[in-house]
Amino acid sequence: MIDHLLRDLTPHVLGAVVRRFRDFAAGEDAVQEALIAAAAQWPRDGVPDNPRGWLIQVALRRMTDHIRSEVARRTRETAVAADAPVVVAPAVYSDPGVDPDDTLALFFMCCHPALTDASAIALTLRAVGGLTTGEIARAFLVPESTMAQRISRAKETIRASGVPFEMPDAAERAARMGAVLHVLYLVFNEGYTATSGDALERPDLSREAIRLARAVLTLVPGHGEVEGLLALMLLTDARRSARTGPSGELIPLDEQDRSLWNRESIAEGVALVGAAFSRGAVGEYQVQAAIAAVHDQAARAEDTDWPEILALYSVLLRLSNSPVVALNHAVAIAMVHGPAEGLKRVDAIAGDDRLKGSHRVDAVRAHLLERAGRPDEAVALYRLAAGKTSSLPERNYLLMRAASVAARM
Amino acid sequence: MKFMLMMNAASKGGDYQIANWPKKDIEAHIGFMIKFSQKLAAAGELVGAEGLAPPTQARLVRAGKDGKPVTDGVFPETKEFLAGYWIVDVPSPERAYQIAAEASAAPGHGGAPMNMPIEVREVPSGPPPLD
Repeated sequence: MIDHLLRDLTPHVLGAVVRRFRDFAAGEDAVQEALIAAAAQWPRDGVPDNPRGWLIQVALRRMTDHIRSEVARRTRETAVAADAPVVVAPAVYSDPGVDPDDTLALFFMCCHPALTDASAIALTLRAVGGLTTGEIARAFLVPESTMAQRISRAKETIRASGVPFEMPDAAERAARMGAVLHVLYLVFNEGYTATSGDALERPDLSREAIRLARAVLTLVPGHGEVEGLLALMLLTDARRSARTGPSGELIPLDEQDRSLWNRESIAEGVALVGAAFSRGAVGEYQVQAAIAAVHDQAARAEDTDWPEILALYSVLLRLSNSPVVALNHAVAIAMVHGPAEGLKRVDAIAGDDRLKGSHRVDAVRAHLLERAGRPDEAVALYRLAAGKTSSLPERNYLLMRAASVAARM
Repeated sequence: MKFMLMMNAASKGGDYQIANWPKKDIEAHIGFMIKFSQKLAAAGELVGAEGLAPPTQARLVRAGKDGKPVTDGVFPETKEFLAGYWIVDVPSPERAYQIAAEASAAPGHGGAPMNMPIEVREVPSGPPPLD
């Protein structure tokens, strides 16, 4: 409970501290210290009446201590004690105000385009998500010292690039929101695709991404693409317990036990997609969410409304120009007009440079050839794709698919 | 004491042999490997483990004259290659050998133990870790 509360409050507290001191790196350290103090004291003494105010006060005090010792150090170093500048500690507000724009500005700062994806992800999880460095390191299966280094370099990049802590103007804001959504999408995918068994106790990145997307949506209510991304995450995450078998093997959508799907998440996702579409403007996340919604609403795989999915992929293709979307579009064509038409479409896009060496083209061709009743070619391509993919569960899935088609030959 | 356990697999045309097994054998093998790692982790003995992509994707890299990478590959003729490894932290070499033997007996084609060679190498303790 306290854990949840602390993580929900983190971005508000950090936003307030950074706004006041304009020092992101030191502010972030101060907030982490305040969180640690709260985690130690609250379970023992009870949660204070105004937990956010408590955290902000402690973080501001830490910040003041930090500045005092910095100044003292500089004073010692320059040995001009007599002229030491007088440090005025900022007044500690009894009820520090919280501006939602601060929190949003914090998201924009952590997902800044100057950072690499890996750095933006790490910084967002720590500064906005309130995860500890150790938790983030475990989530990405890297040593804690490596993750600590990645985070401190990210902070250094922000400092060096002079990114100001402020709300970008309206034109810039749309682009920056795109970067925020991209980072959250990557966090979600990392959690979703990496799940294999629960024994390793990796912190749940998918749920963290959903929580953060919800937080963003409360800051920009009615934002279509934020709604779309949140819906996409919910509709995808709803299939979580059906998508892997007992040994962690991937189970494809059409073979999943749909009674295991999370109805609550599906209902929420479907409602969000509906709300987003009713506003008119259509973005990529919304369309992807709409496709997921069509799948999730089919009681059986054979009830799937493929013509609707094909129509949505055609819209998505116009919006995104991604070769992976083009491949999915080809699969939808095959489901509506037959595998031969799908294969023709794959042939037309396989030459795209961005698909060079990718296992996806082989895997899609293998699926369509299997459906077309050409098992020899399907088996060879499944095996080829298995050798190329860099995802272990996917490799295992492709190998087993090859084996079961071979067994029926 | 830390040890690296290296699993060497025979190669055929640059791909894992597992690619040609029947489905239930693949399932049994993968299931074994997942449970094996979980067991080592639960016992507090596992430091790290990774399986490697088949050698069709392997490249040999050297620095060229200007320090730029010069790559070489593919190696379909290689008979044996590293397929994966575990690093374990255990009280004695004997315990590392025991773990290696267990891994070696992973079920293979037809469900029979593969008895594949596992190279066991001590990872000597060195300077204190960074940080």
